[in-house]
Amino acid sequence: MQSSQTPPRANLAGWLYVAPLVLVLVPFFVAPILVVLAASFFATDGFGGLTPGFTLASYVEVLHSALTLKLYLATIKFTVLTWIFTLVIGFFVAYFLVFHVRNQLLAIGLFLLCTVPFWTSNIIRMISWIPLLGKEGLINQALLGMGVIRQPLEVLLFSDLAVVIAYVHQLTIFMIVPIFNSMARIDKKLIEAAIDAGASRFDIMRLVVVPMSRSGIALGTIFVVSIVMGDFFVVKVMSGGGSASVVSAFYEDVGVLQYPTAAASAVLLTLVLVAIVSLILRTVDIRQEITR
Amino acid sequence: MKSDRGDIELAGVCKSFDGATYVVDGVNLKIEDGAYCCFIGPSGCGKTTILRMIAGHDDPTAGEIVIGGQNVVGLAPVQRRTAMMFQSYALFPHLTVRENIAFALRVRGQSKSDRLRAADAMIEKVRLTQFADRLPAQLSGGQQQRVALARAAITEPRVLLLDEPLSALDEQLRVQMRQELRRMQQELGITFIHVTHTQLEAIALADLVVVMEQGKIKQAGPARDVYAHPHDRYVAEFMGGQNVLSGRVEKVNGASFTLAQAAPDGIEVPLRPRSAVSVGDKVDIAVRRDDVALVRPGRDLPPGCTTSLPSRVLAIEYQGYFVKVMLDTVPDDEFVAYVPEKTFFADPFAVGDVVMATWAAGSALPLA
Repeated sequence: MQSSQTPPRANLAGWLYVAPLVLVLVPFFVAPILVVLAASFFATDGFGGLTPGFTLASYVEVLHSALTLKLYLATIKFTVLTWIFTLVIGFFVAYFLVFHVRNQLLAIGLFLLCTVPFWTSNIIRMISWIPLLGKEGLINQALLGMGVIRQPLEVLLFSDLAVVIAYVHQLTIFMIVPIFNSMARIDKKLIEAAIDAGASRFDIMRLVVVPMSRSGIALGTIFVVSIVMGDFFVVKVMSGGGSASVVSAFYEDVGVLQYPTAAASAVLLTLVLVAIVSLILRTVDIRQEITR
Repeated sequence: MKSDRGDIELAGVCKSFDGATYVVDGVNLKIEDGAYCCFIGPSGCGKTTILRMIAGHDDPTAGEIVIGGQNVVGLAPVQRRTAMMFQSYALFPHLTVRENIAFALRVRGQSKSDRLRAADAMIEKVRLTQFADRLPAQLSGGQQQRVALARAAITEPRVLLLDEPLSALDEQLRVQMRQELRRMQQELGITFIHVTHTQLEAIALADLVVVMEQGKIKQAGPARDVYAHPHDRYVAEFMGGQNVLSGRVEKVNGASFTLAQAAPDGIEVPLRPRSAVSVGDKVDIAVRRDDVALVRPGRDLPPGCTTSLPSRVLAIEYQGYFVKVMLDTVPDDEFVAYVPEKTFFADPFAVGDVVMATWAAGSALPLA
């Protein structure tokens, strides 16, 4: 036996370290994905029965449907809008917390305040927009009362706008946390060095803070993009059924027992997401940034 | 009025962060244009705060800071034409050496080709040409220090402020970079203000050494003055190289006085010009460690030596060109003789030996 080989004892210890994660991931993540992958190649009798086999019919159906493209465009629209708003809001909230709140305790308090919306369930959070955005809601009442508008604005609730508002409300925290984390690790002396060199506030943000928060921005982007692209519930509730997303389509498919097409759509979406995430990871070496 | 002069005047400068305790407490100082000035003191003595106030990163609570004849309090660092080199350098980790050095020019709106040309010239000056495209993390400590120096110097400031610039380096490199700092200062011909807690660094570099304690200046002057003629016990002990003894004045005789000691004849100390002591005063005196000669009891004292204090050797440390002999000459204070290596080994002492510590009458120095 060569001395350079890992002794079996160390090998065992390594396996023990990863065992808990493997025990969770294999049955609850890998196995379902394999089942879905297999189902996407099966044929169906149209009533929920699956015939084991290998056919690309479901993929052909999904890829040929004009609806697929439309749904992807709609989902990407929601994703991009949500990403822009959560990024801008998340960046500035994190910036404020890190660079303008001198008191550490206050910063942590304000940070916790950002998580208050999560103290209640997703559904309640969405429903609570109705009294604000609805036809008889606060905003319409106020605008009517001030005489700015004569008719209540219908666009506020059960619309694409409402969907984006709900997403931004839910997901901004997913931007704040990683950006806050990477900003907090910027040495304050660097900011002083930039001031010393004559940098304006804007220069400091552009040349120092943003480039050094890149890993946080990338992580936040991955969270937001994958959540929005994988969601159907918010779209369904906040658009009042008027809009759909990729996932809502295969939710419908499942409802009418079209399992193979639903599975094919799911596999397709997974591939698209994997592509997006790997593109993001290509711009930032997250592993290196996190262990820095 | 704009001035290129980098002379600095601090007038009654005070700084308090909490309104109750003063970190810097009424500092008055003049630093000439083109001088190399070292602030030295233990941590927390306010030396870095003074530096940051000159740089414009902290505002004084009271007092004026005048650079080149202009009161700069309230002005931004750029308007003061000062540049600071930070402790641990604060290099931008995401920028290359060249981009780091060109940063100040970039935010001043210089065109890319202009600023890169200027940066490359500066990179050459600090001999980093082959590292220009590396990131700071890929450089050694000494190289990072040179990048920091180049980044600060590129704006052609009239004052360069250095916050413990050598503290992150190991001993050998420190001596080497010390020379480089001095060379850069002479090349640039601008005022350098350097904060340190290392005495050797200060006296090796500075035209003007400023010793501080608890927000106040204890002594400011040329390095040799501060080292060889400390004003008081604090400066003597802090700068090192001195034995400090205290005692009561036994008698005053014209130009000198005698300090009562365990020794039969006391210690004869020349009086400082324009100072008076009277019998019974408690006085501190300093004797340079390298002025102390050690003689075995019963032998003749070297010529000119009148005082001799019997002592026991407590410890001996070989230091290369001299030998450090620690003695129990005075009860409460440390007493050390630096004996030249050759003298020591001509007749070496052992720990426990009894010797007479003696020095030429004129070399004892009364302290304030």
